[in-house]
Amino acid sequence: MSDAAAANPGMSGAYLVRSMRLLIIEDDRDAADYLVKAFREVGHVADHAADGEEGLSLALDGGYDVLIVDRMLPKLDGLTVIGCLRAKNVTTPALILSALGAVDDRVRGLRAGGDDYLPKPYSFSELLARVEVLARRHVGRGEDTQYRVGDLELDRLSHRVVRGREEILLQPREFRLLEYLMKHAGQVVTRTMLLENVWDYHFDPQTNVIDVHISRLRSKIDKGFAQPLLHTVRGAGYMIRDGAR
Amino acid sequence: MTALGKLLRTTAFRLTLVYLVVFSLFAAFLLGYFAFNTRRLINEQIATIVSGELQLLQVQYNQAGIRRLVAAVDVRSRRPGSSLYLVTTPMGEGLAGNVGSLEPGILESEGWVETAYRRLEEPESAEHNALVRVTRLPGGIRILVGRDLDERERMLHIVALAGRWSVAIVIVLGIAGGVFVSRRVLKRVDAMTGTTQTIMAGDLSGRLSVIGSGDEFDRLAVNLNGMLERIESLMRGLKEVTDNIAHDLKTPLTRLRNRCEAALRTASSETEFRQVLEDTIEESEGLIRTFDALLMIARAESGEVREGMAEFDVAEVARDVSELYEPLAEDKGLTLEVNAKQHAAVKGNRELVSQALANLVDNAIKYAAPPPLPGTAGVPPAFGRRAGGTPAVPEGVGAAAVNGARSAILVTADAEQDRIVLTVSDHGPGIPSADRSRVVDRFVRLERSRSLPGSGLGLSLVSAVARLHGGELKLEDNAPGLRARISLPRAAAPPQQAA
Repeated sequence: MSDAAAANPGMSGAYLVRSMRLLIIEDDRDAADYLVKAFREVGHVADHAADGEEGLSLALDGGYDVLIVDRMLPKLDGLTVIGCLRAKNVTTPALILSALGAVDDRVRGLRAGGDDYLPKPYSFSELLARVEVLARRHVGRGEDTQYRVGDLELDRLSHRVVRGREEILLQPREFRLLEYLMKHAGQVVTRTMLLENVWDYHFDPQTNVIDVHISRLRSKIDKGFAQPLLHTVRGAGYMIRDGAR
Repeated sequence: MTALGKLLRTTAFRLTLVYLVVFSLFAAFLLGYFAFNTRRLINEQIATIVSGELQLLQVQYNQAGIRRLVAAVDVRSRRPGSSLYLVTTPMGEGLAGNVGSLEPGILESEGWVETAYRRLEEPESAEHNALVRVTRLPGGIRILVGRDLDERERMLHIVALAGRWSVAIVIVLGIAGGVFVSRRVLKRVDAMTGTTQTIMAGDLSGRLSVIGSGDEFDRLAVNLNGMLERIESLMRGLKEVTDNIAHDLKTPLTRLRNRCEAALRTASSETEFRQVLEDTIEESEGLIRTFDALLMIARAESGEVREGMAEFDVAEVARDVSELYEPLAEDKGLTLEVNAKQHAAVKGNRELVSQALANLVDNAIKYAAPPPLPGTAGVPPAFGRRAGGTPAVPEGVGAAAVNGARSAILVTADAEQDRIVLTVSDHGPGIPSADRSRVVDRFVRLERSRSLPGSGLGLSLVSAVARLHGGELKLEDNAPGLRARISLPRAAAPPQQAA
């Protein structure tokens, strides 16, 4: 994974300005060690708690950007840990990891105060992309009415997209796709994240339909321009960024 | 438990005992009532006779004096089966009659009294009971008339005897009947228990015997057999599934392992190792996908998802899913049309229905896609998608134009009476009618489709989702092509929707 990450500078570090402090609450030693190491390799600091109680007390001390919480934990289960934190007004974003991947479990997890939910087994690139998005959201890159990447502008109120001096006409769904990508400009956005946030589907379509939507969008915003903005991050997903910067 | 103990514990036997007690009490009451009334009747009869005779004698005394009375009593005393008579002086000396002895003091009290007595001609030891009446005549003469009570005693004795016998017979017959009935019941229950025990031991082919009498045991046996049939077919299905899972998961696992071993043995450069690792990740992702699909099917089939059901518009789902797949279809040289304007409310799990429909559309695109025509594009569409980095995705317009209407996929959602019907029709090769029911089973892939990617679980999931919602999946001939049709029950009260 470290090699893969190094080979794809786009999928991490390069665009992330600061390094994150993460807390991983996971009882499986191997999985936790792997995560701590993998996060360190891409420039983040990760602490590890082996059970719910330890995790809760560490998280209460604060100072973390994102919590990664396994659902089934000794002493206190993951949802209870998050519930306790929220009850004490600790708003650190929490991502729930769970072997229970069904829709109901996800709903239960999010209702308990989780901010995102990732069923096991997951790929590290997916986890990293989601954690970075969560951290950024927390820092408070609020709900701007206008997004701008390079010479591409998107106005959320008038639903207008302009590149350079040219207006680009998009279908409603294409608009939402671009909106989501631009909201997370400079961050890797995975196919699953797009499917969840743009289409509100939590299943895995067997064929990679998202790729086709992306290439359609790309042909509309990048075709005929010297500088491509919508990039494919190999093995992870997509990213919109101003390459010239 | 001993055989007798078992017999005594049966419900039939216990019921018999209860009935027995009830019947015995009833019989005793009946006999008692009979005896009481008979006794009263006999007493009344005796009293009438005695009073009549006494009156007669009194009249004779009044008319003709003591002599005539004594003579009359003498005559009457000698008749066979006569009553008891005694006429005494005021001093108590006997003048006439057939009474030898009485209980002391009887003559002193007037009126009715029961007493032990002995007739004159009888030996000292003979004692009988009698109901007597003593009357004092004018002049101090006392006259006693009475009747023997033997008749009454005999009658009561007979009744008592009859009572004892009938209770004894009721008890004996009752117990015998109880034993008979309970043994019959026990025999059948034992037979059932025996069968169920062999079934519990693992032989699911055992069935309860049905005698054909149509009684409650037969009905129970028929129902239990039906249940066993269902369990057996489910178990068979489960076994097939596990076998299939074993096969379909072990094959890629073996491939994975072989590849790693081969790499360890022969690979020399980092690039080669990297290649193997990337292949391994891809293969494991396929495995995870298969596993997820299996879990999803299992969940849908167990009905676990039912709690999270809410009302949603299937037409909207049809439009959304079509919108998701439309670019892919176009990419493959197909057109995807959707006809779902009418609000179609269904109570269920939107996510699962969406996935089911997505599977059908995905299948339609996969199988109806015309083979890439040489010359339309430099790169076949499949590769164009994979290499998502390059904007040069072939639009496939050429292919669509060539195939015309044959390349159209149609998705519809419509309300038909109390059903909501979702269809996905294509003009691909279709499925031969003989295979249509089979393809819904897990892991079934027709020979033709083996070359295409897929797990053989797509239609199984669709079918499981349809069943979860109380509907069904039907595969029909679209002549040419396939029409997949999901019908779901309509939600109870469709909200008013302005067309």
